[in-house]
Amino acid sequence: MAANVDQIFVHLMQMMVDRVPDAVAPWVRAAVGVGAVLGLFGLLFGLTTVCERKGIARMQNRLGPNRVGPFGFLQFAADGIKSLTKEDVVPRSADRVVHYLAPLALLTPVVLTFLVLPFGRNMVLMHVDTGLLFFFAAGASTELAVFMAGWSSRNKYSLLGAMRAIAQMISYELPFILSTVGVVMIAGTLSTVGIVESQAARPGEWLARWNLFTPWGLAAFLLFLIAAFAEANRSPFDLPEGESEIVAGYFIEYSGFKFALFFMAEYLGMFASSGMAVTLFLGGWTAPVAALDWIPSWLWFFGKLLALIALFIWVRGTTPRLRMDQLMDFAWKFMLPLALLILPVVAVWHYLGGGWRGWLFCTPVLAAAYVLLGRALVGRRRIQRRVYRYAGEGVAS
Amino acid sequence: MLGVGIIKGLAETGRNFIGSYFDRDRLVTVEYPEQRVPLRENFRQFPFLVHDGQDAAIGLRCVACQICEKECPPQCIYIEKSKDKKPDHLGKPQFFPAVFNIDISVCMSCQICVEVCPFDAIKMDQDFELSTADRFGGLLLGKTQLARPNTHFQRIHPREAAEIDTRRADERQKAEAKAKADAEAKAKAAAAAAAGTAAATTTAAVDAAKPVGARPAPTTVPGPASARALPGAGAGTVPAAPSEPGGQV
Repeated sequence: MAANVDQIFVHLMQMMVDRVPDAVAPWVRAAVGVGAVLGLFGLLFGLTTVCERKGIARMQNRLGPNRVGPFGFLQFAADGIKSLTKEDVVPRSADRVVHYLAPLALLTPVVLTFLVLPFGRNMVLMHVDTGLLFFFAAGASTELAVFMAGWSSRNKYSLLGAMRAIAQMISYELPFILSTVGVVMIAGTLSTVGIVESQAARPGEWLARWNLFTPWGLAAFLLFLIAAFAEANRSPFDLPEGESEIVAGYFIEYSGFKFALFFMAEYLGMFASSGMAVTLFLGGWTAPVAALDWIPSWLWFFGKLLALIALFIWVRGTTPRLRMDQLMDFAWKFMLPLALLILPVVAVWHYLGGGWRGWLFCTPVLAAAYVLLGRALVGRRRIQRRVYRYAGEGVAS
Repeated sequence: MLGVGIIKGLAETGRNFIGSYFDRDRLVTVEYPEQRVPLRENFRQFPFLVHDGQDAAIGLRCVACQICEKECPPQCIYIEKSKDKKPDHLGKPQFFPAVFNIDISVCMSCQICVEVCPFDAIKMDQDFELSTADRFGGLLLGKTQLARPNTHFQRIHPREAAEIDTRRADERQKAEAKAKADAEAKAKAAAAAAAGTAAATTTAAVDAAKPVGARPAPTTVPGPASARALPGAGAGTVPAAPSEPGGQV
């Protein structure tokens, strides 16, 4: 029974494919799968925008949207209708073709990244051996679209936003990818399905082998998550669209549905990054303890995904925006060395075969690196009275 | 250490998030159309015309003196004086505004019209929900739209309304007392005139009766004459309240 519920979507798909001629079966499989994923994540996008607005409102002791539908949960439908019916303004001096293509070029690779995410046992749209590589290759091409949008608008703010976005995304791409290498080293495969299966509990074990449960896995997970925040252009790394400085950044000159597409791409990118974090570190669709295996695998995946999305929202409601130099310092002076350090640590962990010896070695190394790098990043800053050389009552004591 | 601050921050927002579901005092939002903050007494929006009683057509305090029209800085008031008169609250015949328009799209809520009005006829309203589909006609308020009963004024400005109401009651009482005194004096004079010879007596009392149209009084019998003189005498005393009837000769 539990197995049936676990595989219910797989069986449904199989039933559908069995009804059609063999010639069109792959097409039907692809269309139904992609349609289901797009519909599901589109709906999740809508609900996330509402939950984010309500959640952040509560963090600020406000009420948030509560007018449209029950408890305001249909707000996203109203917003969608609004953006669909709004006038689509294109600046006269804009490069019309590039301006038109940019939102599509942003959304397409983001949607492509969902192909390799395993949503449950036997539930992956495209089972490829290099799934992780595909994910990063597709995800990295969003930078081009961001710059297309910023450049073609011919607006100083949008260009500044695009420059910021490029600098930030390329800087954080490095720790983003490097932090996953340790997982690949341990799992021995680039296939996302294989990575998830390597984290499942072996027969007889009560605890799953999630990468999060190892010292290097925890460190890599945090690095991956921070880099994912930056890749998704979300607070505290929302410099590319900082409202108070450059209004909306690279999509300032977009209106109506194109604006909504940018918004949607940003959120879908966040979902994809969260899904990949779940896949790599939180054991994908596996249960944390073997005793909970009876819960369907897709529920585990989406539960973890929603928890990570909630974390994204929580952090957005908490942190102020970084300064540009702080952003760069953090990426190059803190995250990159730490990500590089994780690689030899994982190698040693693998050589020691994990266990208490692994913990004994890895934990102090990583903790020391964290403290030292952190001190190097922020510790040297001394707070002192500012000296005004040409104004005021003279040299301060 | 790096990362401590963000943990503290997350704890703070987390506390707010959970606390806002349990502690109603945290949520300070007033959900406007359903909940309203009581307005301050000094809050003002646009002027309205006060009328006594329930019928605006009868009780309007405005006498179309047009002072407010002349004083209004953005000139948003337009008044047309009536051809005929009707009695005010003291019984004296007064003009009334045949047309009284305020263009509230022009009005700047300066309250000068209220300050110059000698009749307490125009006051500032607190109604701020004035949105309309027609920005020209919909914002040009006529006499009937502007008229609000005195009870409305008492409700929005209780202190000022109480002060005005006592002053007006005093005036009315004084006027009634004066009218009564006048009527008594007139009745006495009429009685004296009736008692004396009709042609030879040219007393101050008869002269006093002249402006109020009580000229034929001496020829008639005392009873009906005094009865008819009452309203007329009452009206005659108002414009120059301190002056004696004899002073008008």
